Parts: sequence; structure tokens; C-alpha cells
Amino acid sequence: MTATVRKAGPAEETVSIQFRGGLYTLMRLKVSNPRDQAFFTALMTKIAQAPDFFRHAPVVLDLQDLADAPPFNMAELIRRLRQHQLVPVAVANGTDEQNKAAINAGISILRGGGGEAPVPRPAEISVLPTGEPREPSAAAEPAAGQTLLVTQAVRSGQQIYARHSDIIVLASISAGGELLSDGHIHVYGTLRGRAHAGLKGNGAARIFCRSLEAELVSIAGFWRVREDMPDDLIGKPVQIFLKGEQVVIEPLP
Amino acid sequence: MGKVIVMTSGKGGVGKTTTSAAFSAGLASRGHKTVVIDFDVGLRNLDLIMGCERRVVFDFVHVINGDARLNQALIRDKRLEHLYILPTSQTRDKDALTREGVERVLTELREQFEYIICDSPAGIERGALMALYFADEAIIVTNPEVSSVRDSDRILGVLQSRSRRAEEGLDPVREHLLLSRYDPERVERGEMMKVDDVLEILAIPLLGVIPESRSVLKASNVGTPVILDPQSAAGDAYRDAVGRFLGESLPFRFMRPERRGLFQRFLRRSA
Repeated sequence: MTATVRKAGPAEETVSIQFRGGLYTLMRLKVSNPRDQAFFTALMTKIAQAPDFFRHAPVVLDLQDLADAPPFNMAELIRRLRQHQLVPVAVANGTDEQNKAAINAGISILRGGGGEAPVPRPAEISVLPTGEPREPSAAAEPAAGQTLLVTQAVRSGQQIYARHSDIIVLASISAGGELLSDGHIHVYGTLRGRAHAGLKGNGAARIFCRSLEAELVSIAGFWRVREDMPDDLIGKPVQIFLKGEQVVIEPLP
Repeated sequence: MGKVIVMTSGKGGVGKTTTSAAFSAGLASRGHKTVVIDFDVGLRNLDLIMGCERRVVFDFVHVINGDARLNQALIRDKRLEHLYILPTSQTRDKDALTREGVERVLTELREQFEYIICDSPAGIERGALMALYFADEAIIVTNPEVSSVRDSDRILGVLQSRSRRAEEGLDPVREHLLLSRYDPERVERGEMMKVDDVLEILAIPLLGVIPESRSVLKASNVGTPVILDPQSAAGDAYRDAVGRFLGESLPFRFMRPERRGLFQRFLRRSA
């Protein structure tokens, strides 16, 4: 089984110090132009859409687009992000120079992992009319027998991550509970908490549930909060998928 | 071997201590040798509710630290011969609860008692974790309102992942729901959650529904578990819950508003 539930790494048991491995989902903020005011204006608009979601949220600064950019003041960037109540914790995809600046500014460097997998472009997703089954793309197809099956309710505060696989939950996800999957998510009870499908960037992943009461759903990093969900679909069986950059919620046939 | 039962809720003020007192008295009055332990180190309420606060010499923390023997700290109830109370310290904090210490005390108690009731503090920190860690059964005390239900849900998750039974892969802790402070009239007016709504979210078996009742506060203030008050509806409901816990099949009462005449209404208002 490759799926893990908050897998703890080798634990160092000493008198008072405990280091344990932990698995957390982090948001990555793609930094396009840290010296352009437009970047911060756009960021502010985004945050204003779901202020609770972003408040004190740890973020990883993705510097991929800045590989050839002229040097910029890392400490200043972090300070400005903090003003927006974001908490930068690390940089990713930075140059040696940028990584050094990050360390000097007191944040860490993340290598590999994250969303290196490219989000399939809309053309590859080949959106089909409502409810019609579609052939899973090779990337979306998990090996047989790798699906994580959860038979118990996922309670508030619990987080279940199906790494490299789909997840099937036969019970309900409570408000405050969280499902993460690199593939699809199926919930045969009521989805009241959060569900993140295609966590590593698979835009073809979908979420299916018998009754939608979710706080938040996301696919490949694109999300939709409860406030933006259509009222007439609340409490209904639905499927949720990505159409371009839009998270679409449709009733199941 | 005695059974360890934790009274827990996540949220404070929902009636954990009242329930611990009532339940332990209920079990003892049916002839089961029972001890109730106060895990709320630093706040210490159980002895007040049980009416034995003037007889506390040694406490749970003394026993954990080896400063007193268990039998020196156990207080025998004056009303029920099978009931004992292990009070807690008011001068220490939750850090006094070590896993080894708690385990040693519980192991010793398991040999002497049929039921060991652990009255958990609120929250999901050390005190609450210690109270639930060794539990065989859990009674989740919940009020019919959203925040209490949410916290109960959280504590159920903790029971399923951080109890000894979960960590060692044993049979899971048996969970029971006790809905307290239920006011059928307010439920009917839509001001409180219905039993069914709570059950739908928490999805665990219902042990009892305790109606909101003035007798509970009165009982607390005089230091008598409400279950010993034969006039009280809450006492009746607790007796039913204890019966169900022991395997009896009893119909649920106090879930619908009582139909009162005008005269009775007037009496109640002026009471």
C-alpha cells in the first residue's frame, strides 16, 4: 500500500525532543514579478475572495518564472506577503542566488515534490458533456489495487492522503475533516469537510460524492469554497471536475 | 479486570462532570464497584459535584508521583457503598499527568473496580489525551448545538487515532453518544439541533438524551449526583442511560415537549 495516513517518519525518542515526519499540504504561490505592484494588487484581490482560507496560511514561493529575472529583494518580498497575512515558509525552484537569499531571510528551501507535474492543459482534459464517462488518461490511471479504501467516518481534524492513488470513502467526511488524493476522490457518504483531488497537479482528477456539503473542494490546485457553490446542488449527489481553470460542479445523472 | 470509561466532549461546559458523577453513582447503585477519577488537574470540580470536597487529603497527582498510596487517596462515597472518588489536585497542572503514572494507577484500579470512570477536562490537549488514552469505552457528551457537535466529532477522531487501542491496533474504543441539556421545546422552535441531526453527523450509537433541567444545577450545588434525585427528569434520563449502557433495551424519553395546561405553565413561570 502506497497510501499513507499522516505517515510518521522514524521517530527520535529522547528525553524531551521529538522529531517526527509529517505530511502537510502547502499552497504554492507562483511569484511572477515581485517588483511589480500589479502582482500584489492581483494577490490582494485573490485573498479578498476567501480571506479566512488565506489568513496565516503557510505558502511556498515558487520562483520558477524568476530563473532569468534580475535579482530582487527576498526579505522585502516576504515582508510584503506577511502584510497580506500570508506566512512564507520556503522557496521552491529558485536559483542558487535566490535560495541563499531565502535562507538569509529565515525561510527554507523545498526541493522536488510539490506540483512539478504539469497541470494538463484544457485540450488534454477533453471535457465531455455532463456525466458522460471518459477514458482516463494514462497519467490519471492508478495501478490496480492501489486505491485507498476508508470505511470509517473522517472526523473533524483528521486528514487522509492517498498518495499516488484514488481514495474511496464509504462514510461521511465531517466538517473540518480533509481528504487528499493524487487521483480521484469518491465519497459515498456526505462530504462536509474538504476534498483535494489531483493534489500533484493532475487536472483530470475528479471528486464524486453522494451529498455535497463541502467547505472547499479543489482539483489540481484550483479550488472552490462553499460560498461559491451553487445552492441548488448542496445536499445533492455531484461530480466535480476541472474545465480549464474553472472548478465545475455538476449533478450526477 | 475493570473497564475504563472516559467521559469526554472536546468542548467545555457541556456536562462531562455532571455526567461522570451521575453515571458512576448510577453504576454503583446497581451494585457495580465503581471509581470516578477527576482528570481536570488544576480545576478540580468533581469532588464538589460529588459532595466530598471536605474529605480530600491526598489526590490523583500524589498517587501518580508516589507521594501517597492509592487507597489513601480514594474517597468512599457516603451514600453508595460501591462508589469511590479519586479527586485531583488544584495546585498542579496537566503536566503532572505522565502516561506511565496514569497507566500505573489505572492498572491498579482495574484490579479493584468493575468500572473506572475518567472525567476528562475540556480541550484536546494533554489532560484530555491522558483521560482518553487508556479508555475501553467512551461516552461523548454533546449539547444539541453546532459547536459542541463539531468538537465531539473532533474528539471522536482523536479517540480513533491517539488512544492506546488505536495505537496498538486493538479493538477500537466503543463509542456512545450522550446528548445533554436537550430542550424539546426549543428544538421544536428550531433553536436547537434535533437528535436525528446530531446522530447524522456523529454517526455513533445513542446512549441517552438528558433533558435540560433545573434539578441539575441544584444537584451540583448541594453536591449530590442528579441521578440520586428521584423527582428529576434528568435523573430519570441518566438512570435509563446507565441501563442501556449495561445492555438493557429502554425506550427513549424526554425527547418531545410535555403538553402542559395553562395552569401548569403559569406555575412554571412563577417558580
